[in-house]
Amino acid sequence: MLPYLDSLVILVLVLNFVALGVTRVRAIVSSVAAQGVLLGLLALFIHADLAPRRVIMVGFMVVLKGIAIPRLLLHAMREANIVAEIRPVLGSMGSLLLGALGTALALLFAHTLPLADEQKRLLVVPASLATVWTGLVILTTRTTAIVQVLGYLVLENGVFLFGLLLLSAMPLLVESGVLLDLFTGVFVMGIIVHHISREAPGAGPDVSARTAE
Amino acid sequence: MLYALVLVPLAMAALAALAPGDRIRPRLLPLGAAAELALCLWTIHSAHPSGASPALGGWLMLDALGRLFLVWLNVFFLITMLYAPGYLAARSDRPNRVFCANLFLVQAMMTLVTLAHHLGLLWVAMESTTLATAPLLYFNRNTRSLEATWKYLVIGSVGIALALLGSFFLAYARLSAGLEPSLLFDDLVREAHGLSVTWLHAAFALLLIGYGTKLGLAPVHTWKPDAYGEAPGLAGAILAGAVSSCAFLAILRVYQICQAAEDAGFAAEMFVFAGLFSIAIAAASVARERDIKRMLAYSSVEHMGLLVLGVGLGGKAIYGALLHLINHGLAKGVLFLSAGNIHRAYGSKQAGAVTGAMRVLPGSAALFLAGFFAIAGSPPFGPFTSELVIAGEAAHQGRMIVLLLAILGVAVVFVGMSFTVLTVVQGEPPCAPDRSHFREHAAVLAPAAIFLALVLGLGLVIPDPVDRLLVDAARALEPSR
Repeated sequence: MLPYLDSLVILVLVLNFVALGVTRVRAIVSSVAAQGVLLGLLALFIHADLAPRRVIMVGFMVVLKGIAIPRLLLHAMREANIVAEIRPVLGSMGSLLLGALGTALALLFAHTLPLADEQKRLLVVPASLATVWTGLVILTTRTTAIVQVLGYLVLENGVFLFGLLLLSAMPLLVESGVLLDLFTGVFVMGIIVHHISREAPGAGPDVSARTAE
Repeated sequence: MLYALVLVPLAMAALAALAPGDRIRPRLLPLGAAAELALCLWTIHSAHPSGASPALGGWLMLDALGRLFLVWLNVFFLITMLYAPGYLAARSDRPNRVFCANLFLVQAMMTLVTLAHHLGLLWVAMESTTLATAPLLYFNRNTRSLEATWKYLVIGSVGIALALLGSFFLAYARLSAGLEPSLLFDDLVREAHGLSVTWLHAAFALLLIGYGTKLGLAPVHTWKPDAYGEAPGLAGAILAGAVSSCAFLAILRVYQICQAAEDAGFAAEMFVFAGLFSIAIAAASVARERDIKRMLAYSSVEHMGLLVLGVGLGGKAIYGALLHLINHGLAKGVLFLSAGNIHRAYGSKQAGAVTGAMRVLPGSAALFLAGFFAIAGSPPFGPFTSELVIAGEAAHQGRMIVLLLAILGVAVVFVGMSFTVLTVVQGEPPCAPDRSHFREHAAVLAPAAIFLALVLGLGLVIPDPVDRLLVDAARALEPSR
């Protein structure tokens, strides 16, 4: 394990708070994209073995999570005329407090879990649980369809973070299948977001919110 | 051979996507479904009694549990696809390329679920069923179907994401115990005794919530009324009878691991609680529901509750739960296909706006009424037998409170549904029903009639081959001696 692994994990946590605290959709997209890139870097560094297969997979993950999906969402945003600012059910301060509470509980909870010896001193498990929690908070407190997709992506990032501990158990085929399913899922969601806006042309996020509720 | 079971429907999906005309494409559906059923029966017939040879390094295997689900899903899919040409001919206003291709994709992914012995692959197949069914829900292309598709996608995807985390927890349960992490089902079962109990429990809880979302257990059932309500009857039948079965199989796989770890007591109690809670929520919701398809969704929540309750009780109730899975699917086939006809003829699915169906659509209304009695557990239909087996096991174990709560819930659902169903079939038709040029004919009645004949037949006698499949599958879920 490299010493700066936890620094990368802390950056993932920081990005959770960015996603919770900002109200501009583009900023949330950027933080989710940055999280995707960080997950790729973590996948490179978490295990000593740097087999070509692993490097290809990491490249695929970075391209998908850091570039393709964010671009797809920004394209859907432009096409659907979604306004840049959201009005969450729970304001930024409330969301941040909820995120901080979840992160603190994740840290405490992970401390009680029977972790493998080499992972006891790492922050990967609590950060993974905190990121899943952040995704759930975004999903339940934002009523705009496109931000709900972003919440889902944050949640997925949390799941992926945990999955990094098990890279040897995840054969390439399954890993690619999971990523492909994620991309297809977001692609289909992007199409639905587009249709939501077409059903009520010119309307802002509240209309998509109404449709999503 | 196992590869072929997945590749044939995938090839049919490609063929349906490439086929030129909206009139030709629906005819491929029963043909493809029949070919797949024949292939599946031949695979089982030609395999060694202990199962077909594993493929893909043990990732694909046809064991006793998989055999039951593979046969069931393909029989159900074929009968449902017999309805498709008649239905899609009546919907010539809509292009059906995506609809037909996705039906085959769903079939391929459901087959993969039955064969998957790697939890990662199982997850990929389950998530793919969600993605492939989403366009089926949006077939009507209106605001309500859009909302239903959105809810289905988002809630389903979140549930499935939690199931992935649960699968990782299972692999970590090995790592934490000093074993090599693995998501291979057979590795997990073989060395289940060494799994970390904490991680195993956490994994089970997440997998129950995750796959339970797809199954439609309360309280994670909230997508179901919208999805079932807005999907065409054909797609509703696929969701209720087939996709739910896949989610149930995924949960049973996890239960098998708990059994092997000799830690099934925890899982069984969670099943009993989730089952009773689902029945209670269905009972509380169905009484107010006047939309016939949404009513069927709540009925489905009730029956999914009965399934997990049966498995949680154990003993003979496991056999009862597996039999009930089939009985429920058959009865829902009758109800969704006949409800689809009623909806098309009236242009509404609200009891009150839809009345006197027995006069307007005697065939569909009679099937709808008979389907209601079947799903309500009335003798001599199959659900009566399977519910009796589950109730008998609860009584045998002396779990009278569980039994009473379940019976009370089932009775409330029966009364609640009966108001809506009787309003629809009885009385006078509205003055000027919007019949939308829809006329009953054999193509849209026969598949529902076949479902009804089968659910009636299973209530009268369980044929030996079906009984053998059920007994073998139930044995796979019993504690290892």
